[in-house]
Amino acid sequence: MNLIRKFAVGAAAAALSITLAGASFAADITGAGSSFINPVLSKWAEGYKAATSNTVNYQSVGSGAGIKQLLAKTVVFGATDKPMSDGDLEKNGLAQFPMISGGIVVTYNIDGVKPGELVFDGETLSGIFLGKITKWDDAALKKLNPDVKLPSTPISVVYRADGSGTTFNFTNYLSKVSPEWKEKVGSDTAVQWPVGFGAKGSEGVSTTVAQTAGSISYVEYSYVVANKMGFSKMKNAAGKIVEPKLDTFAAAASNADWKGAKNFNVMITNQAGDNTWPIAASTWVVLYKQPTDKALNQGALDFFKWAYEKGQKDATTLNYVAVPEAVAKVVMESWNKDFAAK
Amino acid sequence: MVDATNAAEFSRVDVAAITKTFKLQDRIFFFMTLASAALVVLMLLAILVVLVIDAIPTFQTYGLSFLWGTVWSAPTEKFGAVPAVMGTLISSLIAMLIAVPLSFGIAIFLTELCPGSLRRPIGTAIELLAGVPSIIYGIVGLFVLVPLMQLYILPFLIATVGQVPVIGYLFQPPAPGVGLLTASLVLAIMILPFITAITRDVFLTVPPMLRESAYGMGMTTWEVARNILIPYTRRGLVGGVMLGLGRALGETMAVTFVVGSVTRLQASIISPSTTISAQIANTFGEADGLQLSSLIALGLLLFILSFCVLALAKWMIGRSDTL
Repeated sequence: MNLIRKFAVGAAAAALSITLAGASFAADITGAGSSFINPVLSKWAEGYKAATSNTVNYQSVGSGAGIKQLLAKTVVFGATDKPMSDGDLEKNGLAQFPMISGGIVVTYNIDGVKPGELVFDGETLSGIFLGKITKWDDAALKKLNPDVKLPSTPISVVYRADGSGTTFNFTNYLSKVSPEWKEKVGSDTAVQWPVGFGAKGSEGVSTTVAQTAGSISYVEYSYVVANKMGFSKMKNAAGKIVEPKLDTFAAAASNADWKGAKNFNVMITNQAGDNTWPIAASTWVVLYKQPTDKALNQGALDFFKWAYEKGQKDATTLNYVAVPEAVAKVVMESWNKDFAAK
Repeated sequence: MVDATNAAEFSRVDVAAITKTFKLQDRIFFFMTLASAALVVLMLLAILVVLVIDAIPTFQTYGLSFLWGTVWSAPTEKFGAVPAVMGTLISSLIAMLIAVPLSFGIAIFLTELCPGSLRRPIGTAIELLAGVPSIIYGIVGLFVLVPLMQLYILPFLIATVGQVPVIGYLFQPPAPGVGLLTASLVLAIMILPFITAITRDVFLTVPPMLRESAYGMGMTTWEVARNILIPYTRRGLVGGVMLGLGRALGETMAVTFVVGSVTRLQASIISPSTTISAQIANTFGEADGLQLSSLIALGLLLFILSFCVLALAKWMIGRSDTL
């Protein structure tokens, strides 16, 4: 009976996807990928439909799956938290540009320590995630937090068990601040963590941190705000202590050298600047340079142009940072060169 | 008279025609059922072919060392199957150790000792347990079982069993609540109804005469269960147990929530670990290239593992027939 039920559900899903695909041929701009960008992209799609009556259909399936769908040509654009390499872009005739930025914050659950009270720097954070700092009253942590009474309890490291752009950006930051991390662990959407254990999704991470005394983990800022979770401050590359908020994320986005980078391949972690939040992340949109359906591709570009020009407010409300105006200008100029169907 | 002959002739023609239609119908029916049966075999082969083709890059890169590699690291592109395979085998084994005796106990109670008025409610409760979606087990496991394990059960185990020489190695910290043992407990609850339902049904097939003769000989209920029920129904019992094992090996959602997703190899069964299905569920969406191929290779291993379990079950059933 179980089998029959599964079969029926599968058949229904298949039928539904066929009708959806049929409908999308009309004029819908389809996209798939990053779940990080999904809330703001959905909001933009809503506004864009109201303004132009064009529909944008986005599936939040994860960056890797989005790129796979793009390569299979089942969607017009892909969105990824991990920029594609120059080689992969060239091989498949793709172009990419940044669409949104945001922050990743360190969250903890320590008895007697309030949210927002602790400060970390790159070295101690990588020390904790490497398993070299194992107690909350470690000398390095005490030195950074002289005014906080830290308990002598063990540190439980919690990480994202599922492959995610958040993990990619967080490990990218750790690789930049710690040569040992770079050599031993590296950076990817999922890595072999030297210590700790995994929880599934942002929800799993927040639940586990709340349940586990002495735990530490990392989540997207918008998630922390929505769930009123505790977070830490960070000492940035300039040696200044900063709080996670939209200003400091924006500083990270505008201090990055977007113009000088090929294919806009810049990770905005550990950027310079006094007011820069060190663990910031971006999402890139990827499109075919020579698409089979030029009108749809152009439709997608029109949508992104609209988002660059009119979408900043939506981004701010949802705790994201829009791509700096100067960068958006460079991106839109690059379209003339990249997309023949202008 | 004439009328009667006509009638007989008419009916003879009719019968021939009807037989012809029936034969045709039967042929169509035969081919339809054959096609249905062939579809299953074809699908199975298709899955196997796809798994093998997609797993080729992994075996080209690592050769058979994939089978005994203990590292799973995407940035360095080193992939080995041991942690996930061990996690799958150990969690299923512990789940079976818990679920099989419990299921047999429940089934013996239901068929031999239970007052008639309780039989239906308990039976229905077990069937309902089988219908709960696995995501619910995962959520209940994460929100209820994990804190219990973290605060009470695991510290107790570390303080007692963990101090015993040799066995103690299996009960060492870290024990943050999620882990192999927690996953095994959830698995045990999940496979319990399947094994129980089958065990109860096969116990009911024991002829009342056998049972009553045994009681008449003065056997205790335990002796009846031990010497009559279990030997008589051995075939069905093995089938039920193997069905449970098959489900435990492949269970994904509930395990992913509570297993802790650690790809390092560890001796402790209370520490976080991973299983084949949890590993695939966690990283499939974002994986590409060699990692994707390695995940599919893991899937292939699970496929082979499940096949071996089934083959073993068939063999054991065949063997018990000759006994």
